Amino acid sequence: MSLIKSEKLTFEYIRRDEEGNVEGITRAVDEVDLDIQQGQFIAILGHNGSGKSTLAKHINAILYPTEGSVWVDGMNTREEKKVWDIRQTAGMVFQNPDNQIIGQVVEEDVGFGPENLGVPTNEIWSRVEESLKTVGMWEYRKHSPNKLSGGQKQRVSIAGVIAMHPKCIVLDEPTAMLDPSGRYEVIRAARALNDVEKMTVILITHYMEEVIFADRVLVMDSGKVVMQGTPREVFSQVEKLKELRLDVPQVTLLAYELKKKGLNIPDGILTTKELVNAINNCR
Amino acid sequence: MSIIFNHVCHSYDTDTQLKTDALKDVSFKIDDGEFVGLIGHTGSGKSTLVQHMNGLMLPTSGEVYFDGKDISDKEYSLKELRSNVGLVFQYPEHQLFEATVFEDVCFGPKNLGLEKKEVELRAFQALKLVGMKEELFYQSPFDMSGGQKRRVAIAGVLAMKPRVLVLDEPTAGLDPKGRDEILELIKKLHDEEKITIVLVSHSMDDVANYAQRILVMNKGELIFDDTPKNVFKHVNELEQMGLAIPQVTYVMHALSEAGYDVSTDISTLPEAVTEILRIKNR
Repeated sequence: MSLIKSEKLTFEYIRRDEEGNVEGITRAVDEVDLDIQQGQFIAILGHNGSGKSTLAKHINAILYPTEGSVWVDGMNTREEKKVWDIRQTAGMVFQNPDNQIIGQVVEEDVGFGPENLGVPTNEIWSRVEESLKTVGMWEYRKHSPNKLSGGQKQRVSIAGVIAMHPKCIVLDEPTAMLDPSGRYEVIRAARALNDVEKMTVILITHYMEEVIFADRVLVMDSGKVVMQGTPREVFSQVEKLKELRLDVPQVTLLAYELKKKGLNIPDGILTTKELVNAINNCR
Repeated sequence: MSIIFNHVCHSYDTDTQLKTDALKDVSFKIDDGEFVGLIGHTGSGKSTLVQHMNGLMLPTSGEVYFDGKDISDKEYSLKELRSNVGLVFQYPEHQLFEATVFEDVCFGPKNLGLEKKEVELRAFQALKLVGMKEELFYQSPFDMSGGQKRRVAIAGVLAMKPRVLVLDEPTAGLDPKGRDEILELIKKLHDEEKITIVLVSHSMDDVANYAQRILVMNKGELIFDDTPKNVFKHVNELEQMGLAIPQVTYVMHALSEAGYDVSTDISTLPEAVTEILRIKNR
């Protein structure tokens, strides 16, 4: 059974002028069909305003579809009484770490979620420990979140979500405000959740390098899913991605340029190692 | 017209237990018309350094000279310095506040005490310079896309007619196309308007492609001050500082380790293409 499924998911914003009259309607998500299985690592790419975040907000019932439906673990997000179950199933981490941390001490912040679910105290502490260990922040449990770096704060936010034991975690541009080492830490934590904990991960990002490990990549434009496939399939289409205001990883681009110049290099090279091998193999 | 840092130190919370040295004996000179990249890990002192450039902060010891004058001098006009050195903060679009794009860009020059006509002329020129279409001038900046808002914010600084433009992470949070557009705009300001550029960035690829010179900060110290080629030779040191080198440079290093006779000081894509074709005799 699929964990997250949508059929013809459409979401429209109604734009109003100052007097409240309707000026027009923007279709932010346009008939999207999703089918995400338990344990997959899904990446969503798309330029600013392509509808990625609006789509993501449907997965934990922050937004409801204007038309079509979304099911999370079999629950339709329209069913109001299921809202809390849905949010417990699919947790979300946002772009700015400073907007998501409320506790004065790291371990308290992480305990906030399970506490609100009514989890018994002993169980809360064991969940806090296990979550902080998963993201590699256990040694900072007594620290004040204010003194942490961006990457560390973002990992605490992730721990806060996984302490609620969701089946799926949605990361909406979690690395946009971080430096390279912070980005690396967060992506490593996300991959570990998927590899070790078998949690379903949905990663929204602008950094092409971060998605090469995904099982499947979806590319959005004007609210529609316009490309999807494995990272290799998607990044083989350099020209098409450029038309969509996107990029490919630098290594892929280098391989593509070399191929254009006549070297016999396969499409969709993703890593330095693959490129070196390809160069070795071409006469 | 140059910026000189002469043994600049800056400490926060001096005379307390919490004293931290954010800048430690930093010395360098930026000349007219340069395009300098400034890189460093979060907390390396980049932002503190940048705020010294237009006098938002003054050195605890050492001197900062702009155009030959010490900015810590009692008679020195910091207001004049700030109109000469424009600072574009991270996420500058958060600072937009006026009802229309045009009014927002007018705010800076208006505060310089210029006449209305001159203020509006400057705002017009600045918006043209960042490639904003005239029909958008009287729109609310809040209805625009992220990339457009950022252009408006940059125009607001350009309307002050600075000779030096310091940009702190100007591409953060933009999609790849938006990022390229902002970088091309910065390049145009440098090449055509002859504005000195200091680009603070986490992205080694951006810095390698645009800057002529790179300053690397670590723990408050200036570690490297050299051309991109020479700086990116120090792979291990940069990685230890939590920084990365451009991806194509990694490829060249990997080829070298695989036994190819390639130069490893390559940092841009076209150079890498040429070099790989050379070893393959094409």
